[in-house]
Amino acid sequence: MEVINYMVNNAARCFQLTLEHLWIVGVACTLAILIGVPIGVAITRSKSLASKVLNTANIFMTTPSIALFGIMIPILSPFGHGLGQVPAIVALVLYSQLPIIRNTYVAIMNVPPELVDAGKGLGMSSWRRLREVEIPLAIPVIIAGLRTAAVMSIGIAAIAAYIGAGGLGVLIQQGIGRAYAPMILSGAILVSVLAIFVDGFMALLERLVTPKGIKVGRRMRHG
Amino acid sequence: MITYENVAKIFGSGPESVTALKDISFEIEKGNLVIFLGPSGCGKTTLLRLTNRLITLSRGTITVNGQDVMKADPVKLRQSMGYAIQQIGLFPNKTIADNISTVPRLLGWDRNKIKERVDELLAMVQLEPAAFRDRFPAELSGGQQQRIGVARCLAANPDILLMDEPFGAIDPINREEIQNEFLRLQRKLKKTIAFVTHDIHEAIKMGDKIAIFQDGKLVQYDKPEIILAQPKNQYIADFVGADRALKVLGLLRVEEVMDRSPSNVVDGDTPADQALRLLEDKGFRHLVVLRRGRAIGYVHPRQLKQETSPVKDLAIDYPVRVDEDMALRDVISFMLMHDMRVLAVMDGDGNFSGTVTYDRIQKRILEMYAGEEEKKPAKDRE
Repeated sequence: MEVINYMVNNAARCFQLTLEHLWIVGVACTLAILIGVPIGVAITRSKSLASKVLNTANIFMTTPSIALFGIMIPILSPFGHGLGQVPAIVALVLYSQLPIIRNTYVAIMNVPPELVDAGKGLGMSSWRRLREVEIPLAIPVIIAGLRTAAVMSIGIAAIAAYIGAGGLGVLIQQGIGRAYAPMILSGAILVSVLAIFVDGFMALLERLVTPKGIKVGRRMRHG
Repeated sequence: MITYENVAKIFGSGPESVTALKDISFEIEKGNLVIFLGPSGCGKTTLLRLTNRLITLSRGTITVNGQDVMKADPVKLRQSMGYAIQQIGLFPNKTIADNISTVPRLLGWDRNKIKERVDELLAMVQLEPAAFRDRFPAELSGGQQQRIGVARCLAANPDILLMDEPFGAIDPINREEIQNEFLRLQRKLKKTIAFVTHDIHEAIKMGDKIAIFQDGKLVQYDKPEIILAQPKNQYIADFVGADRALKVLGLLRVEEVMDRSPSNVVDGDTPADQALRLLEDKGFRHLVVLRRGRAIGYVHPRQLKQETSPVKDLAIDYPVRVDEDMALRDVISFMLMHDMRVLAVMDGDGNFSGTVTYDRIQKRILEMYAGEEEKKPAKDRE
């Protein structure tokens, strides 16, 4: 009850923090795709490079988020961005790389070999094959990777309040400071709701980008 | 025309290298359908893939229409040849029309020309354009997909087709049908085709010539009739099978052995007693009864005894209709089933054009297997 009261009384602030949270995650995910998808595609051309890149992305993924935010401070301070949204976004981009790169890589490697053979044999250049066949077939899996990354980022971004990035983490952080449970819970609930909402949106997106021919095929197989 | 000169392919290097092809030299003449035949691992697919540089030659030269493939741009080279594979490899995200027009789009044809070509090709492979062009591969049966695969490889009207077991993925009944359709097309289009298969029946049926491979070597390159009649060694004899006389019969046509002016014919109005005398004088056991140029049946001596009516009323219908271009294999089968040694042959208009007899078929087979003293190649099938 108190939680709802708190949210109603502070609706404007809650809304503003939610937007801020969404903004951080949105910018981070956009950058993560722009970096991760090309890397994922590039490493399909070299097996040895692929394992190196995936291992590196794994290291970022397994670093505790609070530690990564901490590391950002000395690295970005010389540029005047040791605290605030910039280090938060950089950290989220790094976190998101693994699911995005891995899904892109796996999806393209899983394009049936006969399609690659047919494409090559008919005289499609490697770029053309990528554009007309490999990427369209891979895109649902790539979006699934993005979905994982986005939901994960919403959670991690809450911690970024500790380096002054704002967002819903602020409610949790300040709530803890004041030992005021309704405030902590409001932050936690809003983060969860946001995550559920974004997850649903991504699921929809996944369905929208699946090529029609693939959907038809699935329907045929499952009756 | 495709020429292979001392072609060799070695995979890997050093002690772990595998020699897939050794010193292959032969030529596929323009307009011929040449089968690459052999068990898996014999190098036939490797040779096909060397031809459009999907794999790279180790030694030797391959020239396609006079051009050395190793000096050509691989992408352009592949666009200039049709390519069809057993797994078909239709792009599932593209419509049938887009699949078929893959190469024309790569070549930058304009949209109307592509649309026309797609419809023309669909009709060519016996699929209704309006019903199929906007569908997706997943909605088609295996046989239909295979037809689209063939249409796709013909799309930009290349002179040369490379086909790797293109009908391998469909059931025997549909395969038979699509093979016949393809042969009909080929008779019209006269493409130069390299066609890989491990199916001896398909090889004999489709090939103008057959190249048989064993362990990366070309063992025999000849017309199917010659391979069946004179296999070069035991390996080939085993590969073509113990029933190769029957397989040869599948290649020979009635017109090659029929008697065009048989003497055991009788007009339908001849009375029975007169016909019987003719039978007994000449020692025949079978008379073809003709009426207005058509064979209406046959009569035999036992049946004519004590009869006086014209033979047309006594004639027994032939159980089957034999055309001049029917395979002797089918004729022999009819003869065995119906216990007949003579059948009447009809020309395209249904008129009587001669007879085909068991003895003549056997004589032809014996000639083919007579060995070296009579090494006259069989007549072309066309």
